[in-house]
Amino acid sequence: MNEMTAPVQKLTIKDFTSDQEVRWCPGCGDYAILKCMQRTLPELGATRENTVFVSGIGCSSRFPYYMDTYGFHTIHGRAPAVATGVKLANPELDVWMITGDGDGLSIGGNHMMHVLRRDVDINILLFNNKIYGLTKGQYSPTSDPGTRAPSTPQGSIDSPMNPISFALGSGARFAARTVDTALKHMPGVFTRAHGFKGASFVEILQNCIVYNDATWADVTNKAVAKDKQLLLEHGEKMIFGADANKGIRFNAKTFALEVVTVGEDGITEDDILTHDETNLTLARMLAELGAEPSEPMAMGVLYADPAETTYAEAVHAQVNEFKGKRTLKDMIYSGQTWEVS
Amino acid sequence: MASEIQELESAVVRFAGDSGDGMQLTGSQFTSSTALEGSDLATFPDFPAEIRAPVGTTFGVSAFQINFGARAIKTVGDQPDVLVAMNPAALKTNLGNLRSGGLLVVDTGAFTKRNLQKAGYEESPLGTPMMDDYQVIDLDISKQTLEAVKEHGLGNKEALRCKNMWTLGMVLWMFSRKREPIVDWLNKKFAKLPDIAASNVAALNAGHAFGETAELNVSIKRYQIGANKTEPGLYRTVTGSQALSWGIAAGGELAGLNIVLGSYPITPASPILHTLSGMKEMGIVTFQAEDEIAAICAAIGASFAGSLGVTSSSGPGIALKMEAMGLAISTELPLVVINSQRGGPSTGLPTKTEQSDLYQAIYGRNGDAPLPVIATRSPGDCFEVAIEACRLAVKYMTPVMLLTDGFIANAAEPWMLPDLDALKPFKVEFAETPGEGETYNPFKRDEKTLARNWGIPGVPGTEHRIGGIEKSYDTGHISYDADNHQKMTDTRFAKIDGIANDIPLQEVEQGEENGTLVVVGWGSTFGPISEAVKAARAGGLSVSHIHIKYLNPFPRNLGDLLKGYDKVLVPEMNAGQLKTVLRDKFLIDAKPLNQVSGLPFKIVDILSAIRAEVSA
Repeated sequence: MNEMTAPVQKLTIKDFTSDQEVRWCPGCGDYAILKCMQRTLPELGATRENTVFVSGIGCSSRFPYYMDTYGFHTIHGRAPAVATGVKLANPELDVWMITGDGDGLSIGGNHMMHVLRRDVDINILLFNNKIYGLTKGQYSPTSDPGTRAPSTPQGSIDSPMNPISFALGSGARFAARTVDTALKHMPGVFTRAHGFKGASFVEILQNCIVYNDATWADVTNKAVAKDKQLLLEHGEKMIFGADANKGIRFNAKTFALEVVTVGEDGITEDDILTHDETNLTLARMLAELGAEPSEPMAMGVLYADPAETTYAEAVHAQVNEFKGKRTLKDMIYSGQTWEVS
Repeated sequence: MASEIQELESAVVRFAGDSGDGMQLTGSQFTSSTALEGSDLATFPDFPAEIRAPVGTTFGVSAFQINFGARAIKTVGDQPDVLVAMNPAALKTNLGNLRSGGLLVVDTGAFTKRNLQKAGYEESPLGTPMMDDYQVIDLDISKQTLEAVKEHGLGNKEALRCKNMWTLGMVLWMFSRKREPIVDWLNKKFAKLPDIAASNVAALNAGHAFGETAELNVSIKRYQIGANKTEPGLYRTVTGSQALSWGIAAGGELAGLNIVLGSYPITPASPILHTLSGMKEMGIVTFQAEDEIAAICAAIGASFAGSLGVTSSSGPGIALKMEAMGLAISTELPLVVINSQRGGPSTGLPTKTEQSDLYQAIYGRNGDAPLPVIATRSPGDCFEVAIEACRLAVKYMTPVMLLTDGFIANAAEPWMLPDLDALKPFKVEFAETPGEGETYNPFKRDEKTLARNWGIPGVPGTEHRIGGIEKSYDTGHISYDADNHQKMTDTRFAKIDGIANDIPLQEVEQGEENGTLVVVGWGSTFGPISEAVKAARAGGLSVSHIHIKYLNPFPRNLGDLLKGYDKVLVPEMNAGQLKTVLRDKFLIDAKPLNQVSGLPFKIVDILSAIRAEVSA
């Protein structure tokens, strides 16, 4: 007799949408990211019961409330540590961490560094809007110098940090970048991050319509996007531009990447670099690309080089090697004892 | 010379030397040998915060005190009967406390001009009237040691390292203790370094032989301290850190949960991290986090996912964890927070003991954030208290603060091995997948305990979102409603206060349930208070002793009990914290007796306070 099995019903966007009213400002970039996540999870075969969203504090960190999965809205900056604990308790869970530039790089910078270094198998989405939204508009560690904000009325003084450079410097083995409005690009990045065994770090350029509107416009606006974004594909030439004739070349004299135009000054396609996402040196250079107005920002997977095993797996492997070999009683009753009668 | 053996009821020996002289090892080995004879004992490792302070300095002196006897021993002893001083600095810092007429053993080989200078002596105090009060055995232990080990071919420096074993050999002889367990231990410890092992054994034997054969300039007596007649059973010595770690492991097993410890190195709490890290056989997961905050947050994350999260630290680290404790209170997740208290404020006195984090435990955290607080009174007691912390955490879905201190953490005492099979399980049941048409509410409470039900990831149908934002009493969803916040605040208090109905009534340790004076203590002051009250009662005073384990909530009869006495005296190693809490809760005129010196109380100080209070 053939065994009858109930067909596994494919989950849909609805299954991942909680009954809570979304409370971001109208027009916030977070909406698009949320929708993209709710739409992508069913495609990845994710289940609600095995999916956990952990966040810190800030606008982005409200994200877990809107996902009909397990969710933990923790405290400012500490999501990486809480997520690490979740994985230590149950390495099987599919853990996503949602954070922002203030939460993840300022108050939680230390934890971010260590969760990446340890390679805890979680997917980290850092919404970078270069501003503190929830506390009403102070400048953040990614704000452009000169940002005028309530706490910096004459303009901010300190230098901003590059989230992907920070991640790679911390030992991240997966780093990617996408844009809140890139509805076609974002699911692919989420899929790659999800599939990666280890800590995957994703920077999402996100617009804060109230406190820092259009901060990414010179990269993300439709009119300039093709010239200002380098869409990376492993094994593909780094070609971009409205006319698809610009490329990235390695200049051995300056020891830097540079933008060149194919067909000009004798440049051919052979001069253009091919993306190798396992090359850490290349990833570090790509992370910094875009600092000059003439350069595009690298989008997609900059770096992906998985380790043999992930942190929580290794921790449990150590425990399992010893587990059951001795009981608590054995331990307490061992050593020098004496009998009183 | 022939020596008679005199029976003694108890004795206090203090080994003091330079940090590099191995005094902690000497003391702990003397402890092992003493414990195996069945004597009761209490130890006090008293060492500097510096790992290796400059040689010969007073601040580099490390000491180990043991009180042992053929009777119940509850303190480390007010004054040593025997002081071993391995250099001038050790003499300088420890002589003042030696009992008048006590025995002083000094290594004259270390009394060089330079060492005397470093200790602040202009000339050697040996042979001066300063020594008249004591019996002095001044020996060139350094030279004797070099002589004893020379056949094993060690260099001068390595050979001199054996002088602690030479000294130990002599003290073992003095107290008729066995060398064999120490010889076994040395051979095991230095299994890969046979020359070192042989040299140490030779030094130990030589010291012992010296006691037996040498003509000493004072007639030292040999002492015999017999076994203490205690409850029959199998015993071992245990430190507070060991017993506490084992208690946590037992608590996890009784709850049917895996333990995940998140911790960050800090004195004097680190031994708990070390001990639990060596207990993988019991499935214990330990995580040395990047900081104190990450340590507690990982523990909270582990509890969210269905393990029992535990975090362990000392005062400064506990301060850093406070915000996260509030998160565990708000999300009502189980968590055990262990505070091995040390001298404060700030870095304070890392290696010295204090019980000044009671306010931090009870009143810490932002907002109205109650949690249960329990304290351990002695090394062996840590086992039971750790189990109780686990029980309260999972039964009431709350973080629990377990207070111990540096003294208990490092001190050792004989401990009757518990019957683990007799411990009562408190198995956790997670929320199950709801039935058709039902929805899961994470904040649905048990009517009796008010604990919420615990749904964990991996279980279909109990998906939920929690966080530090106030939650609706009815649904668990975010709520900014005014009445709801009042109700949730009241509920959080009611839940913790209700624990009073689930803990034993307060007992009186010694004395009547009413009378002139009650001495109320908590934590590691148990020993000195107990002895002081015993002495006062022997002197005919109407004094009782109450020792509180449950500091929040208090046992439900405590208030009435205290009101049965005319006066209440509260000795504490802080500026008066329990005193304040007692006054607040019960409107009683509790009088403080405070000592904030980084050292345990002396019996005599509590006794004089008792006398003063009774006669006032």
